[in-house]
Amino acid sequence: IMATVSVCQYHRGGFSFENCKRNALLEADINKLGFSSPAARKTGTTICGVVYKDGVVLGADTRATEGMVVADKNCSKIHYISPNVYCCGAGTAADTEMTTQIISSNLELHSLSTGRLPRVATANRMLKQMLFRYQGYIGAALVLGGVDSTGPQLYSIYPHGSTDKLPYVTMGSGSLAAMAVFEDRYRPNMEEEEAKRLVRDAIAAGIFNDLGSGSNIDLCVITKGKVDYLRPHDVANKKGVRTGNYRYKHGTTDDTTHHTLTCFFPL
Amino acid sequence: VMISARAYGDNGKMKEYHYTGPVEHKFSPYAFNGGTVLAVAGEDFALVASDTRLSEGYSIHSRDSPKCYKLTDTTVIGCSGFHGDCLTLTKIIEARLKMYKHSNNKSMTSGAIAAMLSTILYGKRFFPYYVYNIIGGLDEEGRGAVYSFDPVGSYQRDTYKAGGSASAMLQPLLDNQIGFKNMENVEQLPLTLEKAVQLVKDVFISAAERDVYTGDALKICIITKEGIREEIVPLRKD
Repeated sequence: IMATVSVCQYHRGGFSFENCKRNALLEADINKLGFSSPAARKTGTTICGVVYKDGVVLGADTRATEGMVVADKNCSKIHYISPNVYCCGAGTAADTEMTTQIISSNLELHSLSTGRLPRVATANRMLKQMLFRYQGYIGAALVLGGVDSTGPQLYSIYPHGSTDKLPYVTMGSGSLAAMAVFEDRYRPNMEEEEAKRLVRDAIAAGIFNDLGSGSNIDLCVITKGKVDYLRPHDVANKKGVRTGNYRYKHGTTDDTTHHTLTCFFPL
Repeated sequence: VMISARAYGDNGKMKEYHYTGPVEHKFSPYAFNGGTVLAVAGEDFALVASDTRLSEGYSIHSRDSPKCYKLTDTTVIGCSGFHGDCLTLTKIIEARLKMYKHSNNKSMTSGAIAAMLSTILYGKRFFPYYVYNIIGGLDEEGRGAVYSFDPVGSYQRDTYKAGGSASAMLQPLLDNQIGFKNMENVEQLPLTLEKAVQLVKDVFISAAERDVYTGDALKICIITKEGIREEIVPLRKD
């Protein structure tokens, strides 16, 4: 008699819909109790990038929203991919964070295997292949920029997996405000200071005219052999100064009963 | 001209046009224009404050659109919600105030205005004014009065009330600082005008930090027996 052996089948690519039924049941259970499941935090956001004479300048605002409430007033949206490649992320905060970290890790392994500095086009290819595999369910809209042996490059990557290689790009809810600034003042082969000023002004347009973006302007200037991660580059909005004093005196929080518990911890 | 693949059947021929039945289109008569209002009543004064930002979706329509409207020498109303209904409602209230003055030969008191507003709002119980109202003023004895409403006219007299988009952030803070809630061993001094104005400025600064619909500027209407004074304070513009 031969015992039947069951073989574990591994998923070969494509989207795994395993947990969808379970998630739907959980959602229904939560709703029955009268609660709503937590919404994924979106970053609102204005991100942009520009190619200039010596390299690329990436820019981002620093506000993260949960619905129409500010969850983080100073979050970092420019993510490290490799020493010469950085990526700005808009859309669902967890998705941009994890996606860039996964590709950064894989790119480092790839770079060790090739023995060369990673290329921007490689990061672009890895990101688009992952996002397409998830058919847009990973809500990550990215601006990828860097300098490699081929020169400075800038890509915009959409959640469904399409990419565009362009001299200037903007993404996020404030992208229209930022693009308006770019379309007015962009020129090819700008100097570094002019490019930084242009990116700063584009992000500022998003910060002041888009409710989903706000707080400070972060910049990342990537050239051959050097990266300037300027966080913050410009504190465009300072917190208002309160004139009253709201510190509570000792005894304001009443404790009506005292409980003393003696705990013995054997050494 | 692009024709979709749905217009063709499996045999390659174009499908006959069929009327599929009524199609539901969604039109909402309301819009949400944001904004926060706040009113505080003191011993002999009342404050009505609002931010001045008018927004819709992720955009800003105006940075200078205050939500406080002066009704009489002793009453100010703050209206937030759907701006179209705010404008219409304040026009109707102003007309009704004139009618009352011409019939009764005197101005309406704060309490009378509040009662009237309740009936005006309930009159549209089945197609409501999408407005959160707060009336601030002096009552007949010269003491501060605040009346807060819901969109269909339920109202009550309060000492302090916040309404609008950041109301959930402001109200607990006011409960603590003005109502002395959740505090023990604290000297419950009556609220002075200076302290109240300082508190209102500080709470709006905090609200502007976390609520995207609140910002740009704060307008405070200070109502005393001398009349109505205005103060404008800048807020975050992002």
